[in-house]
Amino acid sequence: MLLSETALPDPTFALVPWVVLIPVIGLLLNLMLGRRFNEKLVGAIASLAAGGSFVVAVLLTLALTRHPEGFTYTVFTWMAVDGLVVDWAFRVDTLSTVMMLVVSGVGTLIHIYAIGYMHSDVRHNGEPARFRRFFVFLNLFIASMMILVTASNYLMLFVGWEGVGLCSYLLIGFWFEKGKDGLGNAKAAKKAFIVNRIGDFGLLIALFIMFFAFGSFDFQTVFAQVERVAQSLPWVLPAMTLFMLLGVTGKSAQIPLYVWLPDAMAGPTPVSALIHAATMVTAGVYLVARSSPLYEVVPLAQNTVAWVGALTAIFAATIAVGQRDIKKVLAYSTISQLGFMVAAVGMGAYVAGIFHLVTHAFFKALLFLAAGSVILGMEHSAEHGAHGHAHGHAEADPQDMRNMGGLRKKMPLTFWVYLAGALALAGVAPLAGFFSKDEILTAAQSFNPTIFVLLILAAFLTAFYMGRQVLMVFFGKPRTPAAEHAKESPPVVTIPLVVLALLSVLGGLLNFPGSHTLGHWLEHTFHTVEEGHFVWAIAGGSLAVALLGIFIAWLIYGRKPQTSPKAHDPLEAPLGGLFQGMARKWWVDEVYQAVIIRPFEVFADFLTHPVDLGVIDGIGNGLGSLTRAFSSLWGRLQTGFVRTYALTILLGVVTVLGYITYLALR
Amino acid sequence: MPLFYYLALSVIMFTIGVIGVILRRNALVTFMSLEMMFNAANLAFVAFAYHYQTLSGQLFVFFVMTVAAAEVAVGLALMVAIFRTKRSIDVDQLSSLKG
Repeated sequence: MLLSETALPDPTFALVPWVVLIPVIGLLLNLMLGRRFNEKLVGAIASLAAGGSFVVAVLLTLALTRHPEGFTYTVFTWMAVDGLVVDWAFRVDTLSTVMMLVVSGVGTLIHIYAIGYMHSDVRHNGEPARFRRFFVFLNLFIASMMILVTASNYLMLFVGWEGVGLCSYLLIGFWFEKGKDGLGNAKAAKKAFIVNRIGDFGLLIALFIMFFAFGSFDFQTVFAQVERVAQSLPWVLPAMTLFMLLGVTGKSAQIPLYVWLPDAMAGPTPVSALIHAATMVTAGVYLVARSSPLYEVVPLAQNTVAWVGALTAIFAATIAVGQRDIKKVLAYSTISQLGFMVAAVGMGAYVAGIFHLVTHAFFKALLFLAAGSVILGMEHSAEHGAHGHAHGHAEADPQDMRNMGGLRKKMPLTFWVYLAGALALAGVAPLAGFFSKDEILTAAQSFNPTIFVLLILAAFLTAFYMGRQVLMVFFGKPRTPAAEHAKESPPVVTIPLVVLALLSVLGGLLNFPGSHTLGHWLEHTFHTVEEGHFVWAIAGGSLAVALLGIFIAWLIYGRKPQTSPKAHDPLEAPLGGLFQGMARKWWVDEVYQAVIIRPFEVFADFLTHPVDLGVIDGIGNGLGSLTRAFSSLWGRLQTGFVRTYALTILLGVVTVLGYITYLALR
Repeated sequence: MPLFYYLALSVIMFTIGVIGVILRRNALVTFMSLEMMFNAANLAFVAFAYHYQTLSGQLFVFFVMTVAAAEVAVGLALMVAIFRTKRSIDVDQLSSLKG
């Protein structure tokens, strides 16, 4: 390890490469030697690796309290081409440490949870050998995510960006041979990868423009030149920020590229919690926040970002209302909440966006993990409680909320933590989600009234669908034998849940009105930090909206709980086609299929059959048959008669000699 | 005797050799015709060497004789091998490499 040239303001800053290296060491250990380890050791190594990363992040945070201006730790020069020098350098500042703490902190809890969850999951799916592979991927994800959030330049950030995309692909397709027709999971993984690729393409174009206009990828160098470039090349910044937004919509699952995230639920539940709720999908929010000096000079881009976020928030929230799969509800909820964050950073309310990112990481990870605990309980009883209830087990989907009900009594601890997460997500005071969502709403109110209304509606729907989910899963009476015999999960699963539940309850203290710890902390990184107003009217209004949502959910789902898994949703009759639309995800997948994928396939077919097989192969085959025709023509000269050859040689010699004689005598 | 006689004999021998190679199908006779052509060339060498009173032509004849001897050894061995498989040394039947 090379030491940085410049003096370190604090020796602790030299530890920063270890946030990446420790998970890498963990994954290498498990990769190379894991065959000999038992499950406990594999899980312990992976969890310790994530935990080690967390410890380093905490040390860095402590060092930052003394030197809040931050530090860039250069490890080596990555590439130097002509004027362009790209360093492999880690940026330690208040923003990156917040991300580091969230990623490694929530990540560690999820690693621990996964020891218990994957123990059952690999057996349920019939391949215990994949336990180790799961943790290798998980450590790889932590390492990539750390590269993403600690990068001091856009190119290094892009490495992390692609790394987390790869891990996402690998983990969505973890049970690649399972799913619909044995292809479902593989298709979901492919979809996530390809949709993300479209977004990455946008980010790449933005980076090309950046190289063209700034000649550098370094955050500080680029930000320092924003004024100059904005004047000399006025098209550069709008183009760059909007292409970057395309990258954000891919990674953070915003309209129009959100379609991969619901399908990504094919991955094991800890993956959904870690990658597709708490950390990776927030990379887009982080990117916009990190690029705030670029966005601030382009109001057009800021507006676009805010609108994309707000529309995604309301759109995804409507879909979540109509879902039946416990994880799909949470997936659409994640998209919706990401919409809140993207809207916040678009409006320039960076602290609110990051605050919501942090609290959302707590309660959404909690909800996913608790949902995983519910699924474990359902699967467990479906496997072990089969005697006496022989019929009806095979087809009971352990993720379908219609098959649940009454789990409050069967899985009390899971119920309580789920309730905490759901209330935090719904925005009920004084839980974490209330404060962060409130800040976003306050910012929206002064930014644009339409966006404000959209977000309020989304917040109402959030409370409604979370109420619906909790009531369908935990209240009423068990609707299937699987729910009847569900059992509480083991402590290795429930302890991380309790920790996350505490964080979800207390997360609001991070940026409590009045103290604004997070706001003051982030002040050192952001140019401008919005003032943290606490408007009682908005706070009261959002709380009222949340309670109203929960109350309506209770009116519909709680008063007369359904008794059969086959029963229609009570919303189906009054809403009719509207409910169909929500349940069918507004046919977006079908529209994409018809508008993008089908024409693409037709075009690909055109290129295959007439063009490739016809023209290209025609040229190749034509050359081949031409050569063959010539060769058979010339081949006739080879008669195989030695005497003919002798005669030919004689004639040749006579001709040559005759010519030479002619030349000599001339 | 004038040089012309030697050269005339050499030309006659060479022509007989060429005609033999082209017309005869028996490989042995072809070989003998080849030897005839060698010797026609040798005769011309010797005749010229004598005529110009130099040794190089004589030397070349020795060289041609050694190479011809080696060539005959290889050629006869080939012929024996061909006869063993084909039961014939008719060169017209050795046409399996026809294009």
